[in-house]
Amino acid sequence: MASTALTFRPPRRQISWAWLGLLPFLVFAFAFLIAPAFSLLLGAFRDNQGAVTAKNFVDLTGPFIRNAYWLSIRISAVTALMGGVFGFLLAYALVLSGVPVWVRTGLVTFCGVASNFAGVPLAFAFVAILGRTGVVTQFFHHSLQFQIYQHGFNLYSFAGLSVTYLYFQLPLMVLIMAPALDGMKREWREASENLGASSLQYWQHVGLPILLPTILGTMILLFGNAFGAYATAYALTGGSLPLVTIQIGAQMRGDVLHNPGLGYAMALGMVVIMAVSIGLYTRLQRLSERWLR
Amino acid sequence: MRRTNVWGWVWVLLGTAYFLMPLLGAFQFSLEMRRGVLSLLAYQRAFADPEFWSTFLFSNQMAVLTIVVSLALIVPTAFWVHLRVPQWRPVVEFITLMPFVIPAIILVFGMIKLYKSPIMIGGLTLMGPPTNSVIGTNALLVAGYVILAMPYMYRAVDAGLRAIDVRTLTEAAQSLGAGWFTIIVQVILPNLRAALLSGALLTFAIVVGELTLASFLDRPAFGPYLWLLGQHRAYEPAALSIISFALTWVAMGIIYFVSRGRGGQGQVAGAH
Repeated sequence: MASTALTFRPPRRQISWAWLGLLPFLVFAFAFLIAPAFSLLLGAFRDNQGAVTAKNFVDLTGPFIRNAYWLSIRISAVTALMGGVFGFLLAYALVLSGVPVWVRTGLVTFCGVASNFAGVPLAFAFVAILGRTGVVTQFFHHSLQFQIYQHGFNLYSFAGLSVTYLYFQLPLMVLIMAPALDGMKREWREASENLGASSLQYWQHVGLPILLPTILGTMILLFGNAFGAYATAYALTGGSLPLVTIQIGAQMRGDVLHNPGLGYAMALGMVVIMAVSIGLYTRLQRLSERWLR
Repeated sequence: MRRTNVWGWVWVLLGTAYFLMPLLGAFQFSLEMRRGVLSLLAYQRAFADPEFWSTFLFSNQMAVLTIVVSLALIVPTAFWVHLRVPQWRPVVEFITLMPFVIPAIILVFGMIKLYKSPIMIGGLTLMGPPTNSVIGTNALLVAGYVILAMPYMYRAVDAGLRAIDVRTLTEAAQSLGAGWFTIIVQVILPNLRAALLSGALLTFAIVVGELTLASFLDRPAFGPYLWLLGQHRAYEPAALSIISFALTWVAMGIIYFVSRGRGGQGQVAGAH
């Protein structure tokens, strides 16, 4: 047995050197992705004098940084939840409610564009409609005699940033949910109807259980998407909302923490949260592929 | 086959309204620079600023460089993974997904920390700090963009390779005496035209207007320029945002057009 296995094996030399073809890619990824990340990791274990310490990670629990994380987590969770729910409803409406195909194609294409429309231009578009002199603000003021800024709304706040984030969160949900809803086989519906199930029962016992991993997974992806966002928040609020990304930016500009190591630890904490959410997303996505393919 | 659901239309209309509102609003706002009448004054003013052109040109140059570097890096790699080292696929895919875990702000943080000091190997200084020179910083910017675009570029190329029979094409070319370079340039690349165009346009959409890397590396790019303009002007930034959106539309429109009939869910990217 052993000898036949050996004869069928291709020449050894070829196997052991073929990976060298990946060398340029691996070197590039190491130099500009892995090494920078690793250098943050090393920096996080240094104190101001350069001695090795783990104190920076203890200091992450200080109120300043804790608030930043908490704010980022809240805004990511809120926009992921809202983007997830409304994105699902929109995807459902596009795929399963019988609207014409051109409506569906048009909106899905638009979602592709909208999920790419972020950062400074997105922030400015929202300033143009919901800023103090924005078109919608003025419309409410002049036509409806309602001044939204005197009733608690402020674009440069949590609510305003959430509405803005939704502009790329919602399309992302639609882009992932639409194909998943498409993958629901008509036979499943017919089979449950033949067995006497109502529409509600079908969704409760068949539809949702199949879609749940995709829905949850995508909402976790949206969470990470918002968590890592910097440009949109910075362009909109100019740093007045102390999100983690904003604080990291401030730390890079002027060492606001007075401790570079703590800044690196803060960045590392972010990477960990991102890694957990992307990891969960991939896991759940794999789970849903069992049915939807 | 199924009756049209009224709620379906309600959600579609609500969604459309939400999507269109900022665009129409910003567009209307951008036309209101001259009091009382609609005019293109904001656009004229925006285009009259030489700094707009210089930063826009700079960002386009960076985009082109990014596309060239990332094609040169990703196409041979993806090709090699398909053909010769499929056992490396999980590793390569893992690396190409890493930029999702390391957002732009963290990437630039790490890059600056690492490259603000001289590059040394075993006590031997290879070169001075890259962030000290214009060319070094530009190189870091392009490298960072290649990383940010990597998940999309790799997926586009990988999907393109899956759609063609790489092995047969390569063996046919080899039996006709072609070398690796000829195979990639004359056989594989032409077959990947649509995939490469998608990857390139997506990269373009990410790079032009990107703020985070450009601003922390202190490069005169369009993103930081637009941001600065927004600090002391009202109408011109709205006009330029509309232009930016139109550019994204054009890029996505071409992607949609070239990849029509291939299915797929469309591409998702963004430098949020």
